[in-house]
Amino acid sequence: MSADHIWSILSEVSDPEIPVLNVVEMGIVREVLISDAGVEVTITPTYSGCPAMKTIETDIAEVLEEYGIPNYTISTVLSPAWTTDWMTDEAREKLRMEGIAPPQKGSADKGLIMGRLRDVKCPRCGSTETRMISQFGSTACKSLYQCASCAEPFDYFKCI
Amino acid sequence: MTQLQQFNYTIRLADDALILGQRLSEWCGHGPILEEDIALSNIALDYVGQATNLYKHASQLDTQKRDEDALALTRMEQEYNNILMLELPNGDYAATIMRQYFYSSFYLLFLDKLKTSNDSFLSGFAEKSIKELRYHVQHATDWVKRMGDGTEESHNRIQEAANQLWPYLGEMFGMDALESELASSGYAVDRSSLVEDWKKQCTALFDEATLAMPTEAWHHKGGREGRHTEHMGFLLAEMQFMQRAYPGAKW
Repeated sequence: MSADHIWSILSEVSDPEIPVLNVVEMGIVREVLISDAGVEVTITPTYSGCPAMKTIETDIAEVLEEYGIPNYTISTVLSPAWTTDWMTDEAREKLRMEGIAPPQKGSADKGLIMGRLRDVKCPRCGSTETRMISQFGSTACKSLYQCASCAEPFDYFKCI
Repeated sequence: MTQLQQFNYTIRLADDALILGQRLSEWCGHGPILEEDIALSNIALDYVGQATNLYKHASQLDTQKRDEDALALTRMEQEYNNILMLELPNGDYAATIMRQYFYSSFYLLFLDKLKTSNDSFLSGFAEKSIKELRYHVQHATDWVKRMGDGTEESHNRIQEAANQLWPYLGEMFGMDALESELASSGYAVDRSSLVEDWKKQCTALFDEATLAMPTEAWHHKGGREGRHTEHMGFLLAEMQFMQRAYPGAKW
């Protein structure tokens, strides 16, 4: 049993709120340690109040059981704090295909968050003529936008 | 620094987050427009999530070994140590927004200091929560400007909200023996050191929003000692009902 094997098992667990992505692509799984005591999986929440965390933990336990991994623990850490920068390019493209504008890179840049938003591309037509309708959207991690070119309202995965 | 002191400090932070989260969640389904309904529900969720993280940590420090649900939902009113402003009824939307601005702009400065705590849980908690608070501050700031520099009606309402809440702000910056000792050992934040920066920010926003800074000097206190306003009992009655009626209920 290798850590790679565990990682590939974990990538079968999808994010309950964004099923197109799995928890590894999301950057929610932080660490897989294998020792004599068993497998230790460390996860981190996207947002403190993310209601999906409990489900994610249960789903991870389920898939590990399914593959007959005998001794495992799942622990949650807050630090280092999750950031949208941990999302892979592949994950960003999957979000776009799903109609969710992916987060811009460089969330550490405070200016981005504090008002000077860069252009968010419409995931449907690619136009940058978009406007924010609300900073808060359908889930804690998304804002609500609308495209002025094709009129499509869409979710933008906001940077943290 | 004793474990009991660490527990008491963590409970203060947790109670602040939980009680504000509970108040904000009351807007769910009652927001003035759909987007605001969603915004405040999201913000409420962030606070309840932060409270959960804090109660979980407090649980490990608790000599009675209560879990996070027991700490959050089964203590008596006098055992809650949140500041009074956060338990006040929501009032109209201007009052809710003004409290959001006052508290979140303070809390962001507070967390920025807590990030340097020598306790690894507290610094990690701060690092995580700051990311959420930035959005809360921006949301409240936008609305204070919009209402202050809006119609006569909106201006008057948000000015009135600022005047009403002002005497409750002292508690945000209040230090006592517990926090002073923990701050001097590098564990906690010296709240009084944040006043200057906070006032500067608040004054700039009030200028832009054409609002007058209240000057009231007298401040309410008592929350940290478990002496609450008459509103707290009603809040707890609603928040604790399920766990009181069906102890240990889970779903």
